[in-house]
Amino acid sequence: MTDVLVCIKRVPGASGEVLLSDDGQRVDARHVGWTLSAHEECAIELATQVAGATGGTATVLTVGSADAIEQLRDALALGCDRAVLVEAETDRFGPVDVAAAIAEVVRAHEAAGTSYGLVLLGNDAADTGDFQVPVRLAYALARPVVTGIATCTVEGDLVVAHGDGPDGPETFELPVPAVVAVMEGGVAPRYPSVMGRMKAKKVAIEQVAAEIEPVGSGRVRLTLPPEQPSQVQVLGQGADAAPAVVDLLEELGMVSR
Amino acid sequence: MIAVLVETDADGVLVVSQEALTFGRGLAERAGGVPLHAVAVGRPGEEPPAVVLAQLGEQGVASVHHVVDDRLTAYSAAAWAAALVDVAHSAGAAVVLAAGTPRGNEVLAHTATRLDVAMAANVVGIDAVGADPGDPLIVTRQVVGGAVLEQMQLGDTVAVLSVAGHAVEPAAAATATTPEVVEFSPTMTDADLVARVVRTGEKVPDASGALTSARVVVGAGRGAGSADGFKDVVRLSELLGGAVGVSRVVTSLGWRPHHEQVGQTGSRISPDLYIACGISGAIQHWAGCSSAKTILAVNTDPDAPMVTRAHYAVIGDLHEIVPAINDELDARRT
Ligand SMILES: Cc1cc2nc3c(=O)[nH]c(=O)nc-3n(C[C@H](O)[C@H](O)[C@H](O)COP(=O)(O)OP(=O)(O)OC[C@H]3O[C@@H](n4cnc5c(N)ncnc54)[C@H](O)[C@@H]3O)c2cc1C
Repeated sequence: MTDVLVCIKRVPGASGEVLLSDDGQRVDARHVGWTLSAHEECAIELATQVAGATGGTATVLTVGSADAIEQLRDALALGCDRAVLVEAETDRFGPVDVAAAIAEVVRAHEAAGTSYGLVLLGNDAADTGDFQVPVRLAYALARPVVTGIATCTVEGDLVVAHGDGPDGPETFELPVPAVVAVMEGGVAPRYPSVMGRMKAKKVAIEQVAAEIEPVGSGRVRLTLPPEQPSQVQVLGQGADAAPAVVDLLEELGMVSR
Repeated sequence: MIAVLVETDADGVLVVSQEALTFGRGLAERAGGVPLHAVAVGRPGEEPPAVVLAQLGEQGVASVHHVVDDRLTAYSAAAWAAALVDVAHSAGAAVVLAAGTPRGNEVLAHTATRLDVAMAANVVGIDAVGADPGDPLIVTRQVVGGAVLEQMQLGDTVAVLSVAGHAVEPAAAATATTPEVVEFSPTMTDADLVARVVRTGEKVPDASGALTSARVVVGAGRGAGSADGFKDVVRLSELLGGAVGVSRVVTSLGWRPHHEQVGQTGSRISPDLYIACGISGAIQHWAGCSSAKTILAVNTDPDAPMVTRAHYAVIGDLHEIVPAINDELDARRT
């Protein structure tokens, strides 16, 4: 039986125009809304698979504001059994702080009788993209960690994880308990069922406050990359443009004759 | 000194690692000419290959810390980090950096944690180096999949950072060097070897390697319409000797394999020419293709971001335009 903890983050939606707050300290998601990243949707899927296969539980956790309950409910609807909100002013949090806040909960739950044999996280957050929380968490808990993982299973006392390495597909075998950072592409996240959504509404969410003094993220400010004025040269409409395209290909030296 | 972790393959130093070296050299020059060192994991009993030494010399590397240890034949991020930490301490690194590859970011995250310092991922530029040692380094890095830039301060004793793919072009130093090779075996514990690769499978012949190094990439997105809608696009890529790249919608729908995905969560490509057919140009896709030298967009929507940001465009249905291009190529060839 493996109890799995999966850590997720509420992030700005992907499609549409990204705006920034006036002080340049945060993304203004007014037009794009909030969502879960693809890596984390896959991590949730793997968490429920491992919990299901081993007869354990899947607990979803986020460090964030109370608004992030929306994403916790989404994860519950996808099959997680329990949810934890670690309330924190995440604007002041860097990867060191988020990892410390998660580690606190892992230790507290262990003291209360639930030890997580597997902790899953997204490989990197869709917004801050720090690539560090899984590794820093693993060190805080003195557990082994791998990142960039597409699929994983728990077989006895081993977490067997697969990812794509520079020389081909790679397999890792880590002793339980372990930390695994998931990259999208290995599993297809499921869609929530109506039943799942109904069940998710009824689950009581554990709420704790992060008891740490943050070291911060080092952020000075955010800016939008300068938008280049369009310089596009339209070669034509429809199939009639084909000769002009091939002229261009020849000009660029792309066609061997 | 500035230490750059370099990744190598059978052809020598990876292009992204050469970019990281060029980036590191720029930083070294701004810091008043501090030495540039490379760290490379080698095979026990072997010298660094001549091609690697030549490429490092071209980048102006003064010293190569060549990690040779039987325990490092299988990759383990913690063990590689142990090596970087050793170099940082023994040679007094002010900055430790690597290319922002999956390996690079993983090893640097371990390194920063072990050194108990901050790390900046996907750095694209240096804003301030500081006049005195210990002054904070201020960098700009990509966040939100490249839609936003973050200025970040690395105020620690050692600055750890990964360089975003294609943030700079690899460029040779004004004067090439003959790097001194320092062999060493890092201080490690058994715990550093727990999370190591136990098996490496057969590389899928046309996995993303072909895509990232292709001179021409022919891309297709939702506009392809179905799994069957890629025939002409594939044919065009064959005619041009290129690779096929796709958007996330395409891989999510199972139309094409994930290793063909271009973008924030796929491959970052930098071909001479990217032909993007039926791809809207969402910021997460753009993050992976913005380094293409020339972009030709084929799209029904003249206002699609891919069209307005491209160099050239053809407006219309890709299912009419792409076969017409293929026919024209065939006709001119005979
Ligand atoms: C965290 C995160 C990471 C992501 N990572 C990636 C990533 O790595 N790569 C990626 O690509 N996306 C990524 N996305 C998804 C991204 O936001 C977009 O949803 C996706 O790129 C859109 O794919 P598309 O352009 O194929 O489809 P659409 O946006 O639907 O665009 C289809 C385009 O095709 C045109 N079209 C339609 N029919 C035709 C026709 N017959 N002929 C010509 N043109 C036609 C339309 O005008 C439109 O411009 C990510 C999203 C998130 C949230």
